[in-house]
Amino acid sequence: MPSPYLPNTDADRSAMLREIGANSADELFYDVPAQFRNVQFKLPPPLSELELKRELEELAKRNASLDDYVCFLGAGYYRHFIPSVVAHLTSRSEFYTAYTPYQAEASQGTLQATYEYQSLVCQLTGMEVSNAGMYDGSTAAAEAALMAHRITGRDRVAVLATVNPRYQAVIATYVRDQDISLEKMEPNLDSLPSDCACLVVQQPNFFGYFEDLRAHARKAHDSGALLIVIVDPISLGMFKPPGDYGADIVVAEGQALGSPLSFGGPGLGIFTCRREYLRQMPGRIVGRTVDRNGRPGYVLTLATREQHIRRERATSNITTNEALVALAATVYLAAMGKKGLRQVAELCYHKAHYAARAISELKGYRLVFPQPFFKEFVVRCPVAPQQINQALFEEKIIGGLDISHLVDNGMLFCVTEVNTKGEIDRLVKFLGEL
Amino acid sequence: MFRHYLLPDISQPGKVGCTLPPLDVPPAEPPPKELLREELALPEVSEVELVRYFTALSRLNYGVDTGFYPLGSCTMKYNPKWHEDIARLPGFAWIHPYQPIDSVQGALKLMFQLQDYLAEITGMSATSLAPMAGAQGELAGIKMIKAYHRERGDKGRRKILVPDSAHGTNPATAAMCGLEVATVPSDDKGNLDLKALAAMMNDEVAALTLTMPTTLGLFDPHIAQISQLVHERGGLLYGDGANLNSLLGKVKFGDLGFDCVQLNLHKTFSTPHGGGGPGSGPLCVKSNLADFLPSPLVVKNDKGYTFTSPAKSIGSLGAAYGNFGVMVKAYAYLRSLGAEGLKAISENAVINANYLKEKLKAYYHLPYDRTCMHEVVFSGKRQKAKGVRTWDIAKRLLDYGFHPPTIYFPLVVEEALMIEPTETESKETLDAFISAMREIAREAEENPEILRTAPHNTPVARLDEAAAARKPDLRWELS
Repeated sequence: MPSPYLPNTDADRSAMLREIGANSADELFYDVPAQFRNVQFKLPPPLSELELKRELEELAKRNASLDDYVCFLGAGYYRHFIPSVVAHLTSRSEFYTAYTPYQAEASQGTLQATYEYQSLVCQLTGMEVSNAGMYDGSTAAAEAALMAHRITGRDRVAVLATVNPRYQAVIATYVRDQDISLEKMEPNLDSLPSDCACLVVQQPNFFGYFEDLRAHARKAHDSGALLIVIVDPISLGMFKPPGDYGADIVVAEGQALGSPLSFGGPGLGIFTCRREYLRQMPGRIVGRTVDRNGRPGYVLTLATREQHIRRERATSNITTNEALVALAATVYLAAMGKKGLRQVAELCYHKAHYAARAISELKGYRLVFPQPFFKEFVVRCPVAPQQINQALFEEKIIGGLDISHLVDNGMLFCVTEVNTKGEIDRLVKFLGEL
Repeated sequence: MFRHYLLPDISQPGKVGCTLPPLDVPPAEPPPKELLREELALPEVSEVELVRYFTALSRLNYGVDTGFYPLGSCTMKYNPKWHEDIARLPGFAWIHPYQPIDSVQGALKLMFQLQDYLAEITGMSATSLAPMAGAQGELAGIKMIKAYHRERGDKGRRKILVPDSAHGTNPATAAMCGLEVATVPSDDKGNLDLKALAAMMNDEVAALTLTMPTTLGLFDPHIAQISQLVHERGGLLYGDGANLNSLLGKVKFGDLGFDCVQLNLHKTFSTPHGGGGPGSGPLCVKSNLADFLPSPLVVKNDKGYTFTSPAKSIGSLGAAYGNFGVMVKAYAYLRSLGAEGLKAISENAVINANYLKEKLKAYYHLPYDRTCMHEVVFSGKRQKAKGVRTWDIAKRLLDYGFHPPTIYFPLVVEEALMIEPTETESKETLDAFISAMREIAREAEENPEILRTAPHNTPVARLDEAAAARKPDLRWELS
């Protein structure tokens, strides 16, 4: 079947092969030893756009989309409202069909938007510098731990037990082959051992409640370690940013800022730090400069940290990142602005507290942690959370995350601004009837 | 002319960019005051100004939809539009990674089939879709190789051999895995120096990382000997699949002796690059490495599809399952092609590159004058003798309306110009590019100044990169 993505005709190909001096396309592959060439590939037959669209739409319908289900699930990936401008602007194909902005003069759109991104993210986290982004929140946390190891020269990474277990697992994957030991610490630790490179904490933590960041910062700094904070960027619309507590590196999952869930990817690894550590940062950074006529413009800068220049001495091997998701975050933050982001955070806060209170008043349910929380909270259920979730699913409700392996009959609920009072009341009603 | 401004310049107190619903529940007790933020200094911009600002920015960008983008080793092919619509279907875009497994069977089926198809295309036995970009696929691959040797009690293998033409990610990845890097030279034909490889290959070597075709755009005809040399001394052969576009539907990595290869769905499988990402870097391996794959894999049992973790997995690479949104587009691409379609891609890509090579080799120095694969590497050294650098040629191409090729890479070619046309470009487009390149070669002889001061027709003129690095200005501040 002719392909809409192959513009050359048979006549074009013949003319080109004549110019090349070859009799067939296959002749151009003669460097490949004959036994490896033109082997069989067992793949399904090609389908037209219309046929395949139908098939994929059918496949999509076999998933329970949050457009059709009420959702109280979070744990690092969140459903927040996305203004339509975000998708419209990120769908400008000058943005999404461009490569990494190596040729600055033809890439000012991406570069200036990234400069905006870096600025907005610093304003949000209270940190001094940001890179252009990492793969996701968990790999940003892992790269932060490696960066702390480079800065301090120490081989021990301390992670609080209240950090998202999936993040802990990714940090473990990343540090394993560098002879760095990973240690889990309880949040009430008195002090940090003197040979730790960093203390990794999450704010609000995996269980939804706020850590004593001031105390953690003191403990980390007293022992000469860096404080790495994993943060929920939406919470920063309302709550004090980690920069105010003296954090050295702040990372976050940026999906919540204007991107759909997409089954967990693509996400965005927000990565910010104190200016003194700039040259140890992984990933791309955009800087402002001038052109030869003195007009402002933007370029990729400080590239001597990166793999294509520094090779085995680079700060990371990362190259492709999540630029388009960072663009979505930029448009989202600009659209929300000062008032909007605060309002989103406040809506989350009040609705989550309304839900937590109503659930905890049900017979057999109680809140597990007494500390202040933002939009997530852990409930101890009277029966196995899995059983509850199955029943809720019948009612087109996706319940909280089953964390019974961490907290006896524990379920981690998440409530955001997209959950209406009606939805919360319905959840509470069904929980009460179980 | 574009008027330069930033978000704070159009921010005014009281402007809003969107509206939100009022609180519909009784307000809760406020949190302790010491937790609260006082100032949130974000810009305040109206929706219309926001839309005009980002639309203006988009017009300063050059994408595949703007024109020819022959960035070598990046495979900037056309990205079919309907794939974008499919990835945005609520059933794909609005599913939560931790919702009940029974409620995401469509997504898992797609992943399961994609794993299978990619294994078939590469001639491997298992695939993990978890890596979120090629470099993360590499990281996982080298970690697996290290785990493989460790498991066998073969502890002395602390080195990775990397060809001198390799991508920078190869040595950077080895270092991230706590391995030493030793560089293998290329010979005068652009192939790996077999004698050097034989001398370097010993029981300290964990693997050779090899891009095939190489970053010189050449297929190394000694691949079988290379594989044999590496394997008979206990090493493994790691494939960097960045250049798979030239082998699609023709040649399988597994047949060539590779134990493991990472793909770049955002290159070969036509998912858009997004101005730098998201990508997706699946890892395909032979059975000897399958147990070490990163977690999770999708498997099928009598109840349907589910996730599993391989027995000796190197662990997880992210908080979910990889860049699912990218996988959907790559899947759509694959299914629209079939085996014959894949073959048409590689053949057209290779014809296009060889056509450019023939038409330009009289004008630019061709360091390796032999049949190339999907890309051709020229050297700007003839122009350098006239005081014109490859950098200048690239900038001048912008004036002619083309995105420049990759430059100064691979490092083994002086003043390198690495041109990858891809299969989605027509002969007419290639002819126009050829004319521009010939014109630039003439300008280099007759009017080098016009190249040294290029570009002249872009939104900004040549930018001062040195100043940017000397005094980093990386953000605005607003209070």
